[in-house]
Amino acid sequence: MYPKEMQKSIEKVEKSREERLHKLPERLKEKEKEELLLKWHPDYKPEAKRKIRVGVSKNAIVPNEVADLIEAYPLENPAEIDLSNIDYQTDILIIGGGGAGCTAALFAYYNGVKPENILIATKLRNGDANTMMAQGGIQAADKENDSPLIHYLDVIGGGHFANKTELVERLVMDAPIIIKWHEELGVMYDKKDDGEMITVHGGGTSRRRMHSAKDYTGMEIMRVLRDEIRNIGVNIIEFSPAIELLIDDEGKAAGAILYNLETDQYYVVKAKATIIATGGFGRLHIQGFPTTNHYGATCDGVVLAYRMGAILRDMDSVQYHPTGVAYPEQIVGLLVTEKVRSLGAQPLNSEGEQFVHPLEPRDVEASAFIKECYGKNKGVITPTGMRGIWLDSPIIDILHGEGTIERRLGAMFRMFKRFDIDMREEPILVFPTLHYQNGGIEINSNAEVLSPKGVIKGLFAAGEVTGGVHGKNRLMGNSLLDTQVFGRIAGINSAKYVKNCKIGKLSVEHVKKYVEELKKEGIEEKRRAPMILPDYREKRVLSRAIDIL
Amino acid sequence: MEEVRIYIMGKEYKVPAGLTIMKAMEYAGYRYIRGAGCRAGFCGACATIYRKEGDYKLYADLACQKTVEEGMHLVQLPFSPANKAIYDIEKIKVDDKTILSFYPEIARCVSCNTCTKACPQELEVMDYIQASLRGDIKKAAELGFDCIQCGLCAIRCPAEIVHYHVAQLARRLYGKYIAPKSKHLEKRVREIEEGRYNKAIKELMNKSLEELRKMYNERDIEPGD
Repeated sequence: MYPKEMQKSIEKVEKSREERLHKLPERLKEKEKEELLLKWHPDYKPEAKRKIRVGVSKNAIVPNEVADLIEAYPLENPAEIDLSNIDYQTDILIIGGGGAGCTAALFAYYNGVKPENILIATKLRNGDANTMMAQGGIQAADKENDSPLIHYLDVIGGGHFANKTELVERLVMDAPIIIKWHEELGVMYDKKDDGEMITVHGGGTSRRRMHSAKDYTGMEIMRVLRDEIRNIGVNIIEFSPAIELLIDDEGKAAGAILYNLETDQYYVVKAKATIIATGGFGRLHIQGFPTTNHYGATCDGVVLAYRMGAILRDMDSVQYHPTGVAYPEQIVGLLVTEKVRSLGAQPLNSEGEQFVHPLEPRDVEASAFIKECYGKNKGVITPTGMRGIWLDSPIIDILHGEGTIERRLGAMFRMFKRFDIDMREEPILVFPTLHYQNGGIEINSNAEVLSPKGVIKGLFAAGEVTGGVHGKNRLMGNSLLDTQVFGRIAGINSAKYVKNCKIGKLSVEHVKKYVEELKKEGIEEKRRAPMILPDYREKRVLSRAIDIL
Repeated sequence: MEEVRIYIMGKEYKVPAGLTIMKAMEYAGYRYIRGAGCRAGFCGACATIYRKEGDYKLYADLACQKTVEEGMHLVQLPFSPANKAIYDIEKIKVDDKTILSFYPEIARCVSCNTCTKACPQELEVMDYIQASLRGDIKKAAELGFDCIQCGLCAIRCPAEIVHYHVAQLARRLYGKYIAPKSKHLEKRVREIEEGRYNKAIKELMNKSLEELRKMYNERDIEPGD
């Protein structure tokens, strides 16, 4: 139920509906897009970022919140860590139990590593990750009128031509192979009666290439991967995030230190290969934005790999999803899948007017929304003072037939219904929300982590924690794909690598050096990283908290 | 500010009205380790049981989705021990007894519908268990599709059925063995494996920024839905 003031605006939306039904604004020209981004996208605000002062990517520009973590001291003083007692010994340690981590484990297994020699360590539960929350779909160029070449062009243009080409090549060429693998595992993709995949557009796609499993695509993929991991019997330690990586006396990656969140114990894991699959950083709430990300998305993998010498790239670029919930207050910031626009819902201002094509790339779409709300003052104002844009969702059932919303957008329908908003009858209110870490650790097309001296031996990374695949802006449906493609590559290559690998004496020398550098730069010892979990306790409570231990 | 009184594991707190259970507990000073995953209704980590004052019933919901109500007595259940059948999906013979053979306990269903009442997704849980029992894999897969695997059904079931794992098996069997295979997908995979795009993609990778920009801006866009 919307308050009265908002209902007045809804009447205007309803009034203009008939006329808008088959009419959309022109897509923006390249120059118009650039102007819009420059003036209105949060990423183009210089005061929100700064140069990092330490490490191999010194002087790279990143959001202040990321710089705070990079210019922070370890959680545990490296001089006091005892590595003489090894708790787990394994061939492959995978840090992170989301889409990339699970896929890496499965492909390591397919390539000859025994399940008992693979260990997944996760911060929350196996599968509590952004993969689970990806609703809209996964891209793959498998239709007759499409090809990996066209997919390549969409990715690279959407990413503002800043992408690492060898990674985009793998992303688009391996995509159909991934969908086929999913089909064989039993993932229930939306299909027609003859088996043809039902595919739709996403923002910035030139072909209808988005495969989906209703609006639970990521969840459906993740459920199957997790089921398979359990069938095979891969070892999993939950609620045990990595707080530091380990090296051996030759500087190779050699495992990690895990922290048991429930007992405060630390565990030493000695591993021949380590795969970082920790996901992104939405829970840093860059520039104070709400986020669509899961509870543990706090940039840990970037922080740990950086201490070990990994290059960072495109970390200045953050994705704000144009359609986060703006009303009701209880679910502000949660994702309204892009599929809602793919299926025809139009963005409208408070007057019920169209002002942008629904399927511009995400950064362009988000900028247009912000401009409409704060530049033109035509946003809808909620009781808490938030501004938003209408998504005229009832159009979907008008265009595609009654029942489409319930059938193909069940998660969305349910989310709003819980707060007495029926998106079949009424529009929904949205505003950009922090969604994705576009950049990250630099890898090559073998998913090996790169330092200025070349590959860091034994260290692999896949998924949102890496940078380069999406350039400066990711298109819908390429993040699920990224986790699967590079998770697979990391699994295959780590399996090859461990066959001829011997680990020497374990150490945290790299962390000691990092601490020295922090001190040399005069950085005070007041911040610690990784963050592990964000803190949402009320200030009133924290101000009176006592720390007995 | 309008406030409501809630009880977190027996202790009384006053919190602002309108918060979800998850946000209310954080407001009261609790910090989640377990019991919070996606915070958006997709992962099932925040299963919560509550009772209202003067009401004998136990209610179940997700802490990240349910709004607090006056006099709510809350308990979180972020872990439910459950038996999962182990199988090699490649080697399963699919017939109307398959699900029953992996989960024989579904035959103990007493049709009490408690599972359905406990489901925060409002799924017809009992109906998909009954469909599984009849060997109607398609029906079970469809009815259980929106399951977030929070485990509330299994916690409440008097017959100790693990509904959400049953639905998982049904979905995988349907997706792998019953749903028709995608022919265009097979064809494209074959083309890629034969190397049909290798040369062209290398050429594309070697294009100048200017050429790429031009190609991107002039690319034809397939009409929408």
